[in-house]
Formats: sequence, structure tokens, C-alpha cells
Amino acid sequence: MVREITLGQYLPGKSPIHRMDPRSKILLLITYIVVIFLCKNFVSLLLMSLFSILIILLTGISFLKYLKSLRMIIFVIIITGILNLFYGSGDVLCELWILKITTGGIYNALFVIVRITILMMVSAVLTYTTSPTDLTDGLERLMKPLTIFHVKVHEIALMMTIALRFIPVLLEETDKIMNAQKARGADMESGNVFQRVKALTPVLIPLFVSSFRRANDLAMAMECRCYNGGKNKTRMKVLRFSKIDLAASIISVVIFAAVIFTNTIFQPVI
Amino acid sequence: MDKFIQVCNVYFQYDSDEDASTDSFALKGVDMEINKGEFVAIVGHNGSGKSTLAKHFNSLYLPVTGDVYVNGINTKDDDRLFEIRKSVGLVLQNPDNQIVAGVVEEDVAFGCENLGVPTEEIRRRVDNALKTVGMYEYRTHSPDKLSGGQKQRVAIAGIIAMEPECIVLDEPTAMLDPQGRYEVISTISRLNKEMGITIILITHYMEEAVLADRVIVMDSGKVLTDGTPREVFSKVEMLKKHRLDVPQATELVYKLKGCGYELPVCVLNEEECVEALASLLQENKAGRNINVSDKG
Repeated sequence: MVREITLGQYLPGKSPIHRMDPRSKILLLITYIVVIFLCKNFVSLLLMSLFSILIILLTGISFLKYLKSLRMIIFVIIITGILNLFYGSGDVLCELWILKITTGGIYNALFVIVRITILMMVSAVLTYTTSPTDLTDGLERLMKPLTIFHVKVHEIALMMTIALRFIPVLLEETDKIMNAQKARGADMESGNVFQRVKALTPVLIPLFVSSFRRANDLAMAMECRCYNGGKNKTRMKVLRFSKIDLAASIISVVIFAAVIFTNTIFQPVI
Repeated sequence: MDKFIQVCNVYFQYDSDEDASTDSFALKGVDMEINKGEFVAIVGHNGSGKSTLAKHFNSLYLPVTGDVYVNGINTKDDDRLFEIRKSVGLVLQNPDNQIVAGVVEEDVAFGCENLGVPTEEIRRRVDNALKTVGMYEYRTHSPDKLSGGQKQRVAIAGIIAMEPECIVLDEPTAMLDPQGRYEVISTISRLNKEMGITIILITHYMEEAVLADRVIVMDSGKVLTDGTPREVFSKVEMLKKHRLDVPQATELVYKLKGCGYELPVCVLNEEECVEALASLLQENKAGRNINVSDKG
């Protein structure tokens, strides 16, 4: 059961998107998110959607995988869509008690659904095409300027690396403990929500104890390998901006500019 | 031969608040010397202090009284801590808990990165280390997908990449299946024979201890006996008294000797055992006096 949860679902490949520097991927994703919420009419939204599809096709990963990334939040999309339906101005199309569906509401709902869907899929591009190590490495470099505000950037990045490394280990362990408790007669599948949560206590306590033991071992192993808090640390892999990054940035900037431009010349619908 | 590690009258207790009655000490006056290039096995049953001792070799633990010297440097010397840790690497028991990064090669590079080795040099060392342990083709894999023996070899590669003079292995095979155990042990002996790295193997498998040049037996925080495998395992009586096993082949020959057969004092492995038994059978055939199967 626990095995089904996947995190940091990196899918190795050799596409141009895979070969991009994680830093440019993160920065472009952030800009992308800002731009998608600036879209105010159908032309700009269509342009943005086409751009998203282009990125997804470029990764060479099956479209099915992207649909799977939506599975987790499908309810969020539907519910926000429905809520937006009743929120807006314009011609009243249908009236149910105090709820009114207006043309503005329909546009709102449509925009929200499209925005969240392509946003999720493009975010999935980042996690699918970037290995966890590259991702944390990229974040560490990007956050480097924050060290002047005494933010412990290196520690945060190391914590992320270790967390990602130990998630599968701890999942496996949880599975083992659950089976061990079931073998002793623990009942975890029946009863209401509260009873089930309570039934998890005999799983969580051994899990915590063993995590501390693991942490102790890991600290020792790190000390054995001369870990000293990242002082004078060198790197095996040095991140470098390449021509692909330059090309990707130029293309993105042009498209973002076009989106903002169409936004201003066409009539906004929401 | 050069003395590489010197342990002088070391006492150690985990909880220093406890009163100094001798029972609270995990190590009670350990003395030993380990020479450069040696392959030493330290054996002992649980609680004999062998793992505690292992952590003294690279100054993870510091003796309460007494001193440990590595290459002439006292492990209490805080300024030269990294010098010590760089020359003595430690591999722990649980392979899962000592891998830091989510990609094999990144993990192997971890030690070098901490030492501030230049980028190109790290790449070279990581590739060499992975080739040495035979894990090069797995360099871009995630450690979760590897078997226990493979993970342990990755952990060893992480130490080798730091180019230590000595590797201490604290029960590296305790959590592995026979296949994994074989992989790890053959890697260790190759490191010793081909690269001249000093190996200190802490184990409770006597079959592994036999492969060493020297066996040190520990019991309740003290060194019980120290010698070549042949010297140590010929003292079957004494080892049994301290709840320690001897290799199966050794035990068989020992028991047969007890029944009055003419056999060598000590055999260490199956081949020697077979040889000894075969020559015994040959003699008996010539003498035609005893039928072995009667007494067996």
C-alpha cells in the first residue's frame, strides 16, 4: 500500500529539457507561473497552452505520465471550477435559488481549470526531467544570495537531499512495521477515521525510534567522511549554463512577451 | 613493519556520569598495534567492545584514559582530526544508513567534496573507486534499487575515494545474504592484496576472520588473544569457554582429534579439512585397521 506513493519521480532521459541547467528550469518555471496568472483573454491563454504542450512534447515523456500527475489534484480542479462558476458578473444564464451562473462565471471557471491543469503539467516537467540531486543543487545555488541574511542555505539543501534519500527507505520500513503489527493481530483496516488514526500509533512509535537510530548512524558515517558543515566544499558536478539554456530562455522570454502583448491588445474576458 | 595504529591502555565508557566501577567500561585497558598493509580481523561476541574499539581508530570516540595513535598522531588532537579521518575510513554495519546522496556516484563523491578535492580530481577518484568495487555500471542508479551487498560496496567506494591508508569495517556483512557477504569480503581482500590498504575487519563470522593475516579476539573489553588465524583457532577450548565459535572445518577436525584420530593441530578451511581427512583415509586404507564410518 505504502509503496504506491511516489515522490521525486525523476524519469531519466536525454531530451533538451533534461539537459537544461536546473537553475534555468526553476527560474523559467517561476516566470511561467507568474505569466499564466496574467492571462486575461482567450488569445493569450491559447498561446500559453500551446507553449506548455510544446514543452511537454519536447521532454519525450509519454503524455500519460503527465495525466497521472493530475490525478492527485483532480478534485481540487473540479471544485475550484465549480466554485468559480457561481462567481462573476455578466449575463445571467441560469438561476438556482441564490446561486447564479453568469457568462463571467463560466469564463472564470474555464480559465481556472485551464490554468491549474497546464500549471501542474509544466511543474511536472521540472520534477520529471531533473534528478533530485540536481534539483537541490540548483536550489542551493539560487538561494546562495540569501546567505547574507544568515539563511543556512547549505544546511537546507543537505536536509532536502537526505529527506529525498530516506523517503523510500522509511516507506519500506513503515510497510515492514505494519506487517509486523498485523502479524501480532493489530487491526488497521476497520473502524472509523479516529479509530484508524489511533491504530497507527503502534506503527509510528517504532518508526520514530528507528529513524533516530538511522540518523545517528548517518551522522557518524558523514563524520567519517570528513563532513564539516560545507566549509571549503568542492563539487564533482559543476552546474554550467549551456547553449540550450540560452535558447530556452530566449524562446520563453519571446513567448512570455507575446502573451503579455496579446493580453493588452485584446479585450480581457475576465 | 611500520606501526600504523597504536592503541595504548585504552579505557572507554559510554556514560561518563556513571561511577568508575570497572563494569561500566566498554573497553578495559586495550593494547594493540596494527602494522601498515596488514589485514587484521577483530572477533568477539556481542558486547565484547569490538565495535567501540573500531570507532576509536578514527577518533569518533576518544578514550577516557589511554591514547590511540594513528600514524603517530594522537586521536585526541583536534587540529589534525581530518588528517586522521582521511587516512582511516570507517564502514558501518547497516548499508542503508551510511549512504547520503540519492545517486551512487554523488554519494561516493561526498567525502572528496568535503575534503575540498578539485572537481576533475573528484571525477577521476570516484570512477576509480567505483571500478575497484565493481559498481561502475551502477554509477547513475539510485541506491534504493541496489541489493545489500551492492550498497555496502558503494559505501566502501565512498571511503576508497578519499584514498585512505586504512579501512576499518565494523561488521560490514552482518546484514547481508551469503552472496552479498561474498561480494564484500572478496572486495576487501582485493583492496588489501592489490592496493596495499590496511584492513581492520570486525566480524563475528569466523570463516571471514580466517582470511586475515592476524586475528585479535576480544572479550569483555579486553584483548583475549592475538595471533595468526592458525595460532588463534588452534585454541578451540579457550574460544569455546568465551562463547566464541571456530570455523566449521576447524571444529570438525578438532572433534575428530578428540575421538583419537591422527589429524593436524588446526585446519582453517574446507580445503585443508578435506586434505587432512583424505590423507587420514589413505593411511587407514594402508594400515587396514579402522573403519572410519564406524566411529564417525
